[in-house]
Amino acid sequence: MPKDGSGLSLDGLGMPLWLVVELTYKCPLKCPWCSNPVEFERYRNELSTEEWKTVLRDGRKLGALQLGFTGGEPMLRRDLEELVEEADRLGYYTNLITSGVGLTVDRLRALKAAGLKQVQLSLQAPDRQLNEALVGLDVFDHKIAIAHAIKAEGLPMVLNIPISRYNIERTKEFIELAEDLGVEYVEFANLQYYNWALLNRAELLPTREQIERSERLVQEARQRLGKKLTIYFVVPDYYDDRPKACMNGWGAIHLTIAPDGTALPCQEARLIETIDFPNVRERDLAWIWRESPAFQTFRGDSWMKDPCRSCPEKERDFGGCRCQAFLLTGDAANTDPVCAKSPNRSIIDKLVGCAKHEKPDGSNRLIMRDIRKRQSHADVE
Amino acid sequence: MDIEKPLRLEDVVELNPTHHFRWEEPQQAHVLLYPEGIVKLNETAAAIIECVMGSTSIAAAAGVIEARYGRADLMPKILAFLEDARAKGWIRIKS
Ligand SMILES: C[S@@+](CC[C@H](N)C(=O)[O-])C[C@H]1O[C@@H](n2cnc3c(N)ncnc32)[C@H](O)[C@@H]1O
Ligand code: SF4
Ligand code: SF4
Repeated sequence: MPKDGSGLSLDGLGMPLWLVVELTYKCPLKCPWCSNPVEFERYRNELSTEEWKTVLRDGRKLGALQLGFTGGEPMLRRDLEELVEEADRLGYYTNLITSGVGLTVDRLRALKAAGLKQVQLSLQAPDRQLNEALVGLDVFDHKIAIAHAIKAEGLPMVLNIPISRYNIERTKEFIELAEDLGVEYVEFANLQYYNWALLNRAELLPTREQIERSERLVQEARQRLGKKLTIYFVVPDYYDDRPKACMNGWGAIHLTIAPDGTALPCQEARLIETIDFPNVRERDLAWIWRESPAFQTFRGDSWMKDPCRSCPEKERDFGGCRCQAFLLTGDAANTDPVCAKSPNRSIIDKLVGCAKHEKPDGSNRLIMRDIRKRQSHADVE
Repeated sequence: MDIEKPLRLEDVVELNPTHHFRWEEPQQAHVLLYPEGIVKLNETAAAIIECVMGSTSIAAAAGVIEARYGRADLMPKILAFLEDARAKGWIRIKS
């Protein structure tokens, strides 16, 4: 996905240039910040191989160019190689977004032969012990071995590091590790607080000082390493006074298909309970993209209320994130509360004020991603 | 870190192997596709990239482009564009 804060503003001429297919919500890991729905087990009715191929074909017809295979853990789908091959034949630039679990050298070679262009590998800690504590399984050595294998196959690789209070103090070690691995891109992705991350927010949110320190270390490394290693640093929007230009606007260039075929303007959007999202099993993708009420709702700027409506910056940030507006203010059409001009900014200030200054104390306060009995966001506020 | 020398007319450049360059019908434009990125190229940019990719040197490519546009003064602009393209990682000098 385009990096938040990269300043990218792309005119897709109304086409969904970026297609993201979440092949499954299943995953062997238990990251307590997982962006998948808290009730992920409710959506077990995954699209079949043929249904996914139809999505890929229809997406290309709508003008999609970049394709991300993600999840859950996409390696759990045995038909991944077949889908990559079909996507490559259709002319997509294919990206695999994986934790590395389930990826073997053999499958990597098969994926490359099928036309895979890029791998984004997530790494949660620079050492085995912390990694196990954060994902619930001892997979660090495997991830490192897979990173080497990806390099050996000559595939470009982005190392994705989801950043929280639990690993932000390890910035330097992450960079050294990336250098050792010889990757070209590292993405320090400060967490976005939806779904599991929202459940665990109080425990995960770093302080402003921690983020500034981490960013300084990244700056130093950039100077030192130059072109050898490109480091993206995604600042958590809570610490900003303007919202991110979320998804380049609702229904502008992004289209996500969830495991059960639900079509979404972004991976988190199904948490907006007030919108009924269409499904590719029931409707044609062209209708979904161009005409469905869900994709029209926040397209353009006619839906905006003040302060966004009369704001000169609305073409730059599109009023921010609809999911965040819904989660924190209760109305998805409100200005993203991150914005200093939002009448709800005090909500963010309060959350930021609660960021813990002490070190994580080792006792496990994190709610790990797992199958849960009914739980709504209201329970955790 | 290597200090990069400016491009010379006799250099042979190639597309970064992670990048794909092609005509995209729905966009009615050439596009560059690369890890996590899409760039839509305007006609001149696309013409330069297309020519340098198939040429034995930057000078030879520039000759072709100048002939196509019926002009003899495009070299500085072409070099500037190529430097920019190299800085962005789109192209590199063929070794
Ligand atoms: C949901 S995962 C699916 C792919 C695979 N299971 C993995 O973790 O790499 C997609 C990407 O989102 C990142 N991610 C997960 N939760 C996040 C959050 N709350 N904020 C930011 N990034 C997150 C992961 O690190 C991963 O790079
Ligand atoms: S973020 Fe973690 S738990 Fe969520 S899908 Fe990826 S690896 Fe699995
Ligand atoms: S008021 Fe709305 S449009 Fe203006 S900067 Fe804030 S979020 Fe963006």
